[in-house]
Amino acid sequence: MTAFAPGRILKREKSVIPGFGITFGLTVTWLGLIVLIPLAGLFIKTFELSLDEFLAILTSSRVLNALKISFGISFLAAVTNAVLGSIVVWVLVRYDFPGRRIFDAIVDIPFALPTAVAGIALTTLYAENGWIGQFLAPLGIKVSYTPLGIYVALVFIGLPFIVRTVQPVLEDLDGELEEAASSLGAARWQVIFKVIVPAVLPALLTGFALAFARAVGEYGSVIFIAGNLPNVSEILPLLIVIRLEEFRYADATAIAVIMLLISFVLLFAINQLQRWTDTRVGR
Amino acid sequence: MKIDVNAVSKTFGTFRALDNINLNIKSGELISLLGPSGSGKTSLLRIIAGLEWPDSGDIRFDGEDALSLTVKERDVGFVFQHYALFRHLTVADNIAFGLRVRPRKVRKPEFAIRQKVEELLNLVQIASLADRYPSQLSGGQRQRVALARALAIEPRVLLLDEPFGALDAKVRKDLRRWLRGLHNELHVTSILVTHDQEEALEVSDRVVVMGHGKIEQVGTPSDVYDSPASAFVHDFIGESVALPITVENGVARVGERKLSINADGISGAARLFVRPHDIEIAQPGLSAIEGQVLAVRRFGPIHRVDISVPVDGGRTTIEASVPAGQEPKIGETLGLIPERYRVFAA
Amino acid sequence: MGHVMTSVSATILEAEFAAQASVIPRPVRTEPAPVRWALITIALSFLSLFIVLPLISVFQQAFSRGWEVYVAALVEPDAWHAIQLTLTASAISLVLNVAFGLVAAWSIAKFEFRGKGFLLTLIDLPFSVSPVVVGLVFVLLFGAQGFFGYWFIDNGYKIIFALPGIVLATVFVTFPFVARELIPLMQEQGTAEEEAAITLGASGWQTFLKVTLPNIKWALLYGVLLCNARAMGEFGAVSVVSGHIRGETNTMPLHVEILYNEYQFAAAFAVASLLALLALVTLILKSILEYRLAEDHKR
Repeated sequence: MTAFAPGRILKREKSVIPGFGITFGLTVTWLGLIVLIPLAGLFIKTFELSLDEFLAILTSSRVLNALKISFGISFLAAVTNAVLGSIVVWVLVRYDFPGRRIFDAIVDIPFALPTAVAGIALTTLYAENGWIGQFLAPLGIKVSYTPLGIYVALVFIGLPFIVRTVQPVLEDLDGELEEAASSLGAARWQVIFKVIVPAVLPALLTGFALAFARAVGEYGSVIFIAGNLPNVSEILPLLIVIRLEEFRYADATAIAVIMLLISFVLLFAINQLQRWTDTRVGR
Repeated sequence: MKIDVNAVSKTFGTFRALDNINLNIKSGELISLLGPSGSGKTSLLRIIAGLEWPDSGDIRFDGEDALSLTVKERDVGFVFQHYALFRHLTVADNIAFGLRVRPRKVRKPEFAIRQKVEELLNLVQIASLADRYPSQLSGGQRQRVALARALAIEPRVLLLDEPFGALDAKVRKDLRRWLRGLHNELHVTSILVTHDQEEALEVSDRVVVMGHGKIEQVGTPSDVYDSPASAFVHDFIGESVALPITVENGVARVGERKLSINADGISGAARLFVRPHDIEIAQPGLSAIEGQVLAVRRFGPIHRVDISVPVDGGRTTIEASVPAGQEPKIGETLGLIPERYRVFAA
Repeated sequence: MGHVMTSVSATILEAEFAAQASVIPRPVRTEPAPVRWALITIALSFLSLFIVLPLISVFQQAFSRGWEVYVAALVEPDAWHAIQLTLTASAISLVLNVAFGLVAAWSIAKFEFRGKGFLLTLIDLPFSVSPVVVGLVFVLLFGAQGFFGYWFIDNGYKIIFALPGIVLATVFVTFPFVARELIPLMQEQGTAEEEAAITLGASGWQTFLKVTLPNIKWALLYGVLLCNARAMGEFGAVSVVSGHIRGETNTMPLHVEILYNEYQFAAAFAVASLLALLALVTLILKSILEYRLAEDHKR
């Protein structure tokens, strides 16, 4: 990293702060060893399959159904979170009520609570004799051991992503903006939809993408509550585990590669969205 | 310590920050690097300090090659623009930092360090603030801590990067007079970077005027003010009025009229530089430069008069200073005689 | 903080201003009371139903069969071993991630180089990989069928279905936590203090230990806290690489799963309650640290 013009080679490196070479080298090496090489291994393993075999695995009805279930329910859960999460953010930022700070802290529980714990707790709550399930059962609504259970678990784990992404943006939003809009004659609903929503939209989309990406890959909280019936309530990550336990490595790898590619696309989208948020907010 | 800067150049990407700089700094003097932002003055200071390296050229401290020395070995005291005080350390610990990080063999015993810190606190007149944290100090107080911290290591040269830039006008004035006093006491070679000409002219022994990565002029404050070496210096330091003129065969003209000024060595388009207070007002017809009064403003004992003067291809407005007694009327035609002036090729 | 002189008046002014801002209602910036109360009700019901209730139910279930069953479930040898394994694995990954976080943050925040944005994306990458895929990846590398599996097994090293595999999986999923907290703070703080230390004669190490580290200690602790919570609770990735060998490779979350699947609900929830307690402690410490961090960012 010494970038001197030709003519004179100086003895010292460009920055007085030492350690760039070693820290940069260690960073890249460690990143390579722990993250990049293992992920590359996954792709290399896929190339042991022919394209036909690869496609055959992915187009088998069980995989297709798992894809539909994973992405479909994750999407619904993320949409739910976008709506309810926005209300939560609005209430936490704009209103004052007793216990506001505690509820604010509570939003992080899905981040902090191990997924397996969340899984068994939700399953018990929504079982037919559970605290919530007992009220739903007479209405003919079954949650635990059905696709609805997957939805409940994914809403649980996705919530903080929306709230923690949108909250700072709404907090930073200049109050004068709304006052200006009102002084120009806008009704309150117009202020909300023409001033506030556009301002927080990039953050909301980022939060949505984060919640969605997390939901697609989620395993621990889902498997307890899902019932795990093939083609009905079997998610992709579970199918990977099942294939692995059957020693069908090729199948597991093919499914994993597809999941990984989709998460790369999501990561890229999230990055772009974040850049958009940053330019919007002017940070 | 004497510092020689020889043919130093530095580029950032395609931007030429320093272009073949040559400068000799005398031992014990206080010299200012004065220029607008982007003139390369801070880059030059950081190169002397060893915080940056030039692409070519060399720096000598008392004849010794400084570029082969680390920052540590150069023994420079650097005062940063935003002070860069250690926010987690008290004032006293900030000042002691440079003494405490020395290798055990050359480190002073703790009581000697404390004594030194106390001396410095007294020197910069902030003894009562020893146990405060930087966040609890005003800008001027932080500046004094930064200075004491830099002086603690008994540097061979003191480098100050816009030391008063972040302070308000009153504090700035007090502090720079105090700094000059301190320098008279300590006589440590000091280089001060500033974009404030008043500051540079008031405190320095010599001023280096820089623009676009080059040195425009080096001289005492009176030199650079009274005899600017270039149009840039004339324009940058003090107030200036510039009148476009043409010079042919040693004869200067403004518009159609012949000017009786000395324009030796210049030919073609040029500019006549005058300070507003060096313009004398005369009856029309007595001077080649004539114009109509556009506006008159009063500033205490003088009037500032805007005068529209016909020049080649149009008119230009120049500002003259007139004593309060003789107030020109708007619309009146006046003759203007430049008493002291410089002519530079355009 | 007894001797704040210059900033006192400013603080008072700010406080007054803030008080005014909250006392004087801004009719333009809020909704009618019924709408307000409806929204508050929706938000709080949602949070209570989806988040608070599950948490309470963990403790309720854990104690549903009394204290004796609860304590018995925790002191039972397999549970005890699971606790130890979880502590060991997360301690090792913490040390590794702190080291990596500091090293990565130093190179990224204190220097300019091309491709920095890309490097940051790569560091974030583990967040977007499904835990199960992480587990699979290490099985493919080090399992009996894996690329390096034979070599390691022939030489007597067990990685998959053993502690190293669990640590690898945990390090992968917690990889970005510490670095992500440090990098933005260190970028914001810039390099002036480090440069000052170096002009005053400090060595690189002295600069790091005496100047940089004190400035980032709260962020570092914050990262460690989040990293630890995730490391101890990780389920998917560890589940794939551990092999679920009772008393050997079972971590706490895996032990919870086994007990639950064996219908030992009270015992499962007893172990789960420890993890839930960890989550609560994490959140409380997090709130405290966030306050300190805000101070660091302000200065």
